[in-house]
Amino acid sequence: MPLLEAAGVSKIFGKLTALDGAALTVGENEFHGLIGPNGSGKSTLMKCIAGAEVPTQGRVSFVNTDITAFTPTERARAGMSLKFQITSVLPSLTLYDNILLALQAQSSLLDLVFSRTRGALHDQVMTMLTQFRLADRAFEAAAALSHGQQQWLEIAMALAGKPKLLLLDEPTGGMSLEERRVTGELLQPIKKHCSLVIVEHDLDFIRDICDRLTVLDQGKVLASGTVSEIQANQSVQEIYLRRA
Amino acid sequence: MPKSMSVTREAIAGDEADEATAERVAAGQVKELVKQHVKEHVKAGRKVLPIVEGAALVAALAAPLLLQDYLTVFATRVIILALFALSFDLVWGYAGIMSFGQALFFGSAGYGVALLARDLDITNIFLVLPAGTLIGLTFALLLGGFLLLGRHPSSVIFVSLGTLTGSYAADRLARGWYYLGGQNGIPSIAPMTAGGYEFSEGPAFYYLVLGILVVVYLLCRFLVRSQFGLALAGLRENEQRIAFFGYKAQHLKAIIFAIGGAIAGLAGSLYAFHEGFVWPNVVGVVVSTQVVLYVLFGGSGTLIGAVIGTVIVEGVSFWLSDNYRDIWPIILGVLLLLVILFRPLGLISFVLGERERVGSFGAKVKEKQNAAP
Repeated sequence: MPLLEAAGVSKIFGKLTALDGAALTVGENEFHGLIGPNGSGKSTLMKCIAGAEVPTQGRVSFVNTDITAFTPTERARAGMSLKFQITSVLPSLTLYDNILLALQAQSSLLDLVFSRTRGALHDQVMTMLTQFRLADRAFEAAAALSHGQQQWLEIAMALAGKPKLLLLDEPTGGMSLEERRVTGELLQPIKKHCSLVIVEHDLDFIRDICDRLTVLDQGKVLASGTVSEIQANQSVQEIYLRRA
Repeated sequence: MPKSMSVTREAIAGDEADEATAERVAAGQVKELVKQHVKEHVKAGRKVLPIVEGAALVAALAAPLLLQDYLTVFATRVIILALFALSFDLVWGYAGIMSFGQALFFGSAGYGVALLARDLDITNIFLVLPAGTLIGLTFALLLGGFLLLGRHPSSVIFVSLGTLTGSYAADRLARGWYYLGGQNGIPSIAPMTAGGYEFSEGPAFYYLVLGILVVVYLLCRFLVRSQFGLALAGLRENEQRIAFFGYKAQHLKAIIFAIGGAIAGLAGSLYAFHEGFVWPNVVGVVVSTQVVLYVLFGGSGTLIGAVIGTVIVEGVSFWLSDNYRDIWPIILGVLLLLVILFRPLGLISFVLGERERVGSFGAKVKEKQNAAP
């Protein structure tokens, strides 16, 4: 049984058909890349999965539950997590507090008011910061970080709730080559407990870390398969050549 | 011009300017020193906020000893309004909910306790203050439930217009309702009592409301620095983001809105007994706007900013209305505009840095860690 299954998903904005019956299946502990030219509907499909957009048609199921009508909060509580395309760390809070904010999301109200989980979550906060190479700046405001570091902080925040599925929308956007390499390294260990759907322009990056790929073109699925299958696919090569 | 001449002229001008320059340099040095001092203070991790809070408390405790009687009465009113300002600051400054109708909770509690005193002869402080608080809480739960608890987050415009409409409607209702005294409101409310003691205007009433303000302030301080406060910070900065973490953002908003309503209710009931009458304005748009100004002026998102803003706006209005009878509202308006334009974080931002204003929620843990060997 797949972890995530989106079938026949369409999204129409006025006269624009952003998605036209797209489908996506992601298994457990699978890293799945979503690629395609600009405007092919990658981000829209991601948003429909995460709950930021409601599909015009089609259904999305997650861990055998139909979540098409779930709010983002309900999806998060079911084990899905999203890193936005635009970094949305909370700039005036410290790195530590950004992570704590993500970790305590499911604490009860009384626990929050009386700060009962603050002590217990401390080790987890520091572990996450260490894992993402940010521990030495724990008590600085997130606004002081470089763009790449903000992206890492955001990935750390997205992973804080121990999701079953992490959705990453262009995690390496605006990063240097070195930062991209490190991002790949940072993502590898999460495979043990988490699946990943990743939208990315950097095809080398995606080839390195993904198990399977889905190619979108003009809102439709052009091809889906393992990395080597997609690389050998004639029509995929054509759309990339056509646009290049 | 020959070079030597120009040099001589400069020398003469220099002699004349020497004194002024020296003064300017001295003033500049003092400024630099103060700046440096503040910087070092911040660097050393020492906090500005407790100093400001302590100074404010000392000033508040000493006020009735230094002020003439009629000014103590005025100061009591200001302290009550500061309590009201705290309620708005929690809602707007901490949770980012634009409540343009905070007076609805303040005024309805005022009317509520006035009716208790008029119709049921209930003036006992241990009954009327909880009753007023409860009235504010109930109204805020009802309005907040309607405005904030949708399945999807409600827009800022919806909430601000909704609260504004609530306050306006209450004002109209009070004006037209004979039972509530119509335009004239409810006059001659009997004084609040505790056992045989009657609280009339003066130092006793002042210290009572100051005590209440301090207790409520400390409770708010505890709340906004807890993990719940961290969630509020997230809510204020990026509501959508924290919903994606799994927070029930709307519930958090409704809760803080209700707490704000309860505090406004407490302030409103004190106000009714202190002034001895209530009239439609206290539930209306004027008072609702006034509290927004207090908080913006002093500095939203800091509790002490709300208190300081109230004291300064009320104090300056009082002084201006005495000295510039005809044009004081214009002067006050310009002052407020200047602060909002050039100091959007309020007067408190002159002494308080951004980092300390936002605060650190893991700081205690950090201190513990540093203390451990």
